[in-house]
Amino acid sequence: MNASATRKRLGVFKFASCDGCQLSLLCCEDELLAVADKIEIAFFLEATSHIQDGPFDLALVEGSISTAEDIKRIQRIRKQSRVLVTIGACATSGGIQSLRNWADHDEFVRAVYASPEYIESLSTSTAVADHVAVDFELRGCPINQHQLLEVILAFNAGRKPNIPSHSVCMECKRRGTVCIAVTKNQPCVGPVTHAGCGAICPAYDRACYGCFGPAEQANCPPLSQHYLHSGTSPKQMVHALRNMNSVARVFQIESDRIESSTHDDTKQ
Amino acid sequence: MSSPKTRKITVGALTRVEGEGALHVRVCDDRIEDVRLSIYEPPRFFESFLRGRAIEEVPDITARICGICPIAYQMTSVHALEKALGVRITPEIRQLRRLLYCGEWIESHVLHIYMLNAPDFFDSDSGIELAKQYPDEVNRGLRMKKIGNRVLEILGGRAIHPINVRVGGFYKAPSVGELTSLLPELQWGLEAAIESARWVAGFDFPEFDSPVELVALQHPDEYPMNEGRIASNQRNPIDVDDYEQHFTETHVAHSTALHSHLGDEQSSYFLGPLARLYFNHERLLPPARRLVEQLCHTWPMTNRFHAILARSIEVVHAFAEAIEIIQGYSTLSPPSITYQHQDATGCAATEAPRGMIYHRYQITASGEVQASKIVPPTSQNQKQIESDLRGFLPSLLERSDSEVARECEKLIRTYDPCISCSTHFLKLTLERL
Repeated sequence: MNASATRKRLGVFKFASCDGCQLSLLCCEDELLAVADKIEIAFFLEATSHIQDGPFDLALVEGSISTAEDIKRIQRIRKQSRVLVTIGACATSGGIQSLRNWADHDEFVRAVYASPEYIESLSTSTAVADHVAVDFELRGCPINQHQLLEVILAFNAGRKPNIPSHSVCMECKRRGTVCIAVTKNQPCVGPVTHAGCGAICPAYDRACYGCFGPAEQANCPPLSQHYLHSGTSPKQMVHALRNMNSVARVFQIESDRIESSTHDDTKQ
Repeated sequence: MSSPKTRKITVGALTRVEGEGALHVRVCDDRIEDVRLSIYEPPRFFESFLRGRAIEEVPDITARICGICPIAYQMTSVHALEKALGVRITPEIRQLRRLLYCGEWIESHVLHIYMLNAPDFFDSDSGIELAKQYPDEVNRGLRMKKIGNRVLEILGGRAIHPINVRVGGFYKAPSVGELTSLLPELQWGLEAAIESARWVAGFDFPEFDSPVELVALQHPDEYPMNEGRIASNQRNPIDVDDYEQHFTETHVAHSTALHSHLGDEQSSYFLGPLARLYFNHERLLPPARRLVEQLCHTWPMTNRFHAILARSIEVVHAFAEAIEIIQGYSTLSPPSITYQHQDATGCAATEAPRGMIYHRYQITASGEVQASKIVPPTSQNQKQIESDLRGFLPSLLERSDSEVARECEKLIRTYDPCISCSTHFLKLTLERL
């Protein structure tokens, strides 16, 4: 049997990002060569100079949409791809670069570049799902490489990926880590953060900073109210929700809510 | 007189590099008129949005500049902030930071050697393709890389964007048992790295050896990772505190990465493993130093295509040093040094896998970042890459457009450019006018 005639075609695409999530695929040292046997890597600039055209059975998209050209390019990729999966916080919820969405973009450009007229970027950094239909979102900054393998193998087999959507708290309990929010009064966002990292931060004696974005059915207001009443400043709480996943809907709404109520308090 | 012969070549995407960029070349007759390396990775404005963030958040944020070398960004950040705060870390913390750097050098260098660069020496398109020809070698590389990642996972919590680095030290000290559990694999890795360097030394290296100003950190007692003075083969050593008096950045139209220059003459300079080896080979640990004597037949070694050999020797050093550090580790108490916020400015330079990286932070008494400056290695090498291509292209002009493009890509790849750092395609346009 000719294996290559039946192999599905994979494309890996990059937008504004740090490269870390696509690197996760190259970091699957034990499985990389086996995966490459099962799936044809048709387009993956970081890994191979053999560049092929679409269509693709599976497109993995890293990075956020932050230029006018990005919008056109993600639409072209969508048209060429049967299944499109976002990998990581940038593609799924804007990435750290979406902090510009709360700032004066022109001033941001001037602060870094001497000749702002050379810079072509949008005033916002947004998630891929804001522009095209996305079939599955894999969360994390960076993604978990075992979850990435699960996504690739699941789509190759034509089934839904088995990725838990509960909060980091469950992982902490499973790991046997003592709760850092309860015992040390640290503003840990693990209760509202999507599982996947293995609850590493609390295991290293620090509060979760939400790099996997919101868990399914995350209820942020009670958590931030609790922290605001127990010594966390509004600014600290806003920053805890506003970093790598700042435009994830529930994080964005809550950070904006805290900010506007703080302003109201100041007016009074 | 015949009219000038014109030719234009475009390479759509430079591959096997980290990040997206393009290269434009214009040739009139046999004269290279213009070479522009353009980085069109969208800007992400790190220095802008760091303003107003707590200094404690900085290492978590700057890690996100680069998924391949997050440790370099974290380390340079915390060193610069500690300088501003007047924090003096303990020798034990310093050693564990070097261990983290060893993990990153192994992981990043081996990725580049086996997955990105070695395929060029066999006219292969990828590391995966190369594995069909050389399965034992590529599998050896993958296992070495995994050990580097394992060091980062134990000490940093995870390999990409580790979570255990903080201003003043670490959130949690590893146990002796956790670190010593790494020793058997590190011992295997050291032997594998030596074999790997010998394999690489046998490659058929193209020649490109034009004179260049080498710049790297130099330390009197150790191979530089996180500390040293800035050494150059063309000027006196520079203190890191004086970096901005000597190194300047300009913004050019074709790139979202700022160009760096050195000195009043605004010259290009060359960072990375070849430069580090030049200034510091005497302070390599013995297994790596022996390899320099056995494998480096020309000295100074400045043929750009030898960078893969320098990288391979540094991997040997990193394995040897990781073993030494772990064998000497007893405990880390406390895991970090406490500090008081104050109005101050501090800067630091360390050696990322691709070369020297510089950060400066101005911070406030309330513990926030007021201003920052981050200079990644690839933006510093950008001007030198252009200058090298100018020197390299004349020898290629008789060849077809696709071959010219392929050879230029190979030269660029020797730099292990990490374009995400600034901002992932390298697009080559060659115009022959």
